[in-house]
Amino acid sequence: MNYEAVIGLECHVELNTESKMFCGCPTTFGGEPNTRTCPVCLGEPGSLPVPNRRAVESTMMIGLALGCRVAPHSLFHRKNYFYPDMPKNYQISQYDLPLCIGGRLDVEVAGTKTTVGITRVHLEEDTGKSLHIGTTGRISEAKYSLVDYNRAGIPLVEVVSEPDIRSAAEAQRYVAELRSILEALGVSDVRMEEGSMRCDANISMREPGGEFGTKVEIKNLNSIRSVGRALTFEIERQRKALEAGQALLQETRHFDESSGVTKTLRSKEEAFDYRYFPEPDLLPISATADWVSALESSLPELPQARRARLAAEHGLSVEQAHAVGASVASTGYFEGTVAAGANGRDAAVWMAGELGRALNNAGVGIQDARVSPAQLADLIRLVGAETVNLNTAKRVFQMAFESGDDPGVIIGREGMAQVSDEGALATAIAAVVASNATEVERFRAGEEKVFGFLVGQVMRETKGKANPALVNDLLRKVLTTGGA
Amino acid sequence: MSELWQLSATEIAMRIANGEISAVEVAEAHNARIEALEPEINAFITPTPDIARAQAKAIDERRATGAPLPPLAGVPLALKDVICVDGVRTTAGSRILDAYVPPYSGTVVHMLADAGTLLVGKANMDEFAMGSSTENSAYGVTKNPWDLARVPGGSSGGSAAAVAAGMAPIGIGTDTGGSIRQPASLCGVVGMKPTYGRVSRYGLIAFASSLDQIGPFARNVRDTALLLNAIAGHDPKDSTSIPDPVPQYLDGLDAGIDGLRIGIVKESLSEGTQPGVAGRFKDAIETLTSLGGEVEEVSLPSFAHALSAYYLIAPAECSSNLARYDGVRYGMRADAPTVSEMNARTRAQGFGDEVKRRVMLGTYALSAGYYDAYYGKAQKVRTLVIRDFDEAYQKFDILVSPTSPTTAFKIGEKADDPLAMYLNDLFTIPSNLAGAPAISIPCGLAEDGLPVGLQIMGPLLSESLLLRAAFAYESARGPAERPPL
Repeated sequence: MNYEAVIGLECHVELNTESKMFCGCPTTFGGEPNTRTCPVCLGEPGSLPVPNRRAVESTMMIGLALGCRVAPHSLFHRKNYFYPDMPKNYQISQYDLPLCIGGRLDVEVAGTKTTVGITRVHLEEDTGKSLHIGTTGRISEAKYSLVDYNRAGIPLVEVVSEPDIRSAAEAQRYVAELRSILEALGVSDVRMEEGSMRCDANISMREPGGEFGTKVEIKNLNSIRSVGRALTFEIERQRKALEAGQALLQETRHFDESSGVTKTLRSKEEAFDYRYFPEPDLLPISATADWVSALESSLPELPQARRARLAAEHGLSVEQAHAVGASVASTGYFEGTVAAGANGRDAAVWMAGELGRALNNAGVGIQDARVSPAQLADLIRLVGAETVNLNTAKRVFQMAFESGDDPGVIIGREGMAQVSDEGALATAIAAVVASNATEVERFRAGEEKVFGFLVGQVMRETKGKANPALVNDLLRKVLTTGGA
Repeated sequence: MSELWQLSATEIAMRIANGEISAVEVAEAHNARIEALEPEINAFITPTPDIARAQAKAIDERRATGAPLPPLAGVPLALKDVICVDGVRTTAGSRILDAYVPPYSGTVVHMLADAGTLLVGKANMDEFAMGSSTENSAYGVTKNPWDLARVPGGSSGGSAAAVAAGMAPIGIGTDTGGSIRQPASLCGVVGMKPTYGRVSRYGLIAFASSLDQIGPFARNVRDTALLLNAIAGHDPKDSTSIPDPVPQYLDGLDAGIDGLRIGIVKESLSEGTQPGVAGRFKDAIETLTSLGGEVEEVSLPSFAHALSAYYLIAPAECSSNLARYDGVRYGMRADAPTVSEMNARTRAQGFGDEVKRRVMLGTYALSAGYYDAYYGKAQKVRTLVIRDFDEAYQKFDILVSPTSPTTAFKIGEKADDPLAMYLNDLFTIPSNLAGAPAISIPCGLAEDGLPVGLQIMGPLLSESLLLRAAFAYESARGPAERPPL
């Protein structure tokens, strides 16, 4: 039997507002436990929430960027359940009247485009964090537990997709694209490793076009890679079970990062009854048409439009546009390089190659690149002007990235400028011909492939600085005419 | 000359401003009165004589500099123990908060201090404001100053009894379904529930958030108006707070009620009403008529269903509001091997029966599959109550009813019969559901010698009108009877 995966994602995004969702406490990451708290976010008796306008606007902007309708009237609800890291034992969230409804997100995998429906975008508050003190850090073996409420009350947006995703790769692409949109909007740090973005996946299997199968929820996937690994594992697990004629259970599963396996967390019977009801401490949110259109007109260029523009303006391929347009910072770097005089395609090649390699090795983001766009443009210009050859330029780039020195300065200081002086090259060629008599004989006897070896020897003799095209010409002339 | 504890807030503030008496003298007179009567009355969970003394001293020093004094400078105040005061134990009448000392003060606490009041104590109450007798307090019942064998009403029974007994000329209570007006009625004092949102709830330990409202107690209408002015106003810390400017409630207080259209709520004249209560209510109607009021009966059919709706909405909200008392962050913690057992034991040991009853009712009413039938339906009834009021106010300026169907009942009389206890709030609950203001003022003694309250209700933000009507009535009838203490 041929099975198709049916996947829907719920992504939680911490907003980067200065203060928390319902109080004035700062949202900055880190800090000594329980120092970024007040009576409101600690749920002290008698304290009351006051909504953060910036957070509401950020949520509306996310909705608008995803093509959602901003509801003219939306409500906060209380989601009731007991958990020590939740100060009030209810979470202020949204239920049947969320801020934004009905949007779409286009994703493209291997040239195939899919439109994923967005069910809703809603706003809620984050919880604190429990620390289980004991040998393993697991609650069951802990001697005691501590709770840190610094994160409690951070505004959290939930983006819920329709079950329109059909593969782990599409799911990864969806998360990457969503992340890119959030980054473009500037509403979140979207640092998955710090938990500012995390996903839950709903997945079931069915015969293509048939009835939905039994749904499993996988909790807390905190990287794009984890989304891919967890779904790949889960699709296989469900497929094997179905092929073996086993029934699947409706349940919530947890993805174990170290083993790459999903495990049962709780079954449907253990599911919570959250007893949602409208939050009486807050008024409904009325999104007036003026407010919404002001936000809509303030939307920045979004990734899809950005990629199309980059491709059109600079003649980039789809892949190149994706790569340089991957983030606001990357686009800025690219456009800075072009503005400093580089050709767009050259800039894209360098960014995908040398810059990407250097960033990877250093483990830093493009905003921390130690070669500036102007310096890269300069280097590209020097290659074009044949001041340095391409291989030397690549070495210069890595040296500049490591030292932070200017590439032009490095070339001068290290004497790495390309040697195009025919006299100097003739001397080097003569030396190579003299010391490689056997190879010269073989070439002259018609063994063409030895030529490359001899070119390499000349490059070595000139410490790689020789103009390779010139070396080619001169060497061939010497070998065929028998000169030198 | 009367004793200092017999003086009204208006008189005390005036005499201190004139330099006739000092604020410290006033504080000491009331501290002494509290010390003398507390063994019998038990109006306070935590008396705060030192705070009153310190605040009085500051008032006297300020007067000595010649600086102008705030309107309630040197006036002792009883504060219901459901409002947080920074550094002062605040229990909400519950064992679960026995050792709780808030790290902040509620907005009204700041406003009351700015107005110059002296905090003489945190007043007794039914646990988490759930009850009509203060019998649900974890700190013992408060006795009615009129008859120590009887309850003072509730849930703000401590504040009402303190004001009635001369332990403080004014007090602060909270009213979710009648918790200011019913004890005011049973203790023979004035009590008012303002419009929902008129007084900030920030710092008020929540029972039912959509119904809770802080309000004043006093022995006369003028003091009530003064105290309301001290606490009313918009608060950015309470999203449900009303931004409208606050009028001067003393302005036009004596303008009379000639031509005022007064509706008698027909549904409040049921057979269940005690004859003496019905009698005094009838007398009050005659007085209002003699003052030029145009009195007519009006039917509010939804009145009968308001009680049922209230006992779904309030428990539903309380089941969620009280979830935070779990032993993790503050208050009592029971020992247990796991977190969830610790939560359960803490709540089992920390909450009293009535609180548990309402938490369970509310949890049930909000459960999947029952929400529409209970909480959803109750909200629809609430809408009907509002509509009934709106219609009535097309024809009438104010509505009147007895505040409570009975006078103060004996301690223990209804303690084992929750339904009989709930009926106490029959006439007061509709105003909470509508978010509208209502006041209870003394209208004489029933055949049992106990005070009866007249309730005057009005549309949203009609506090000035209610106070004017109450003042006219009070002026015509003369000063309220005082308990034999």
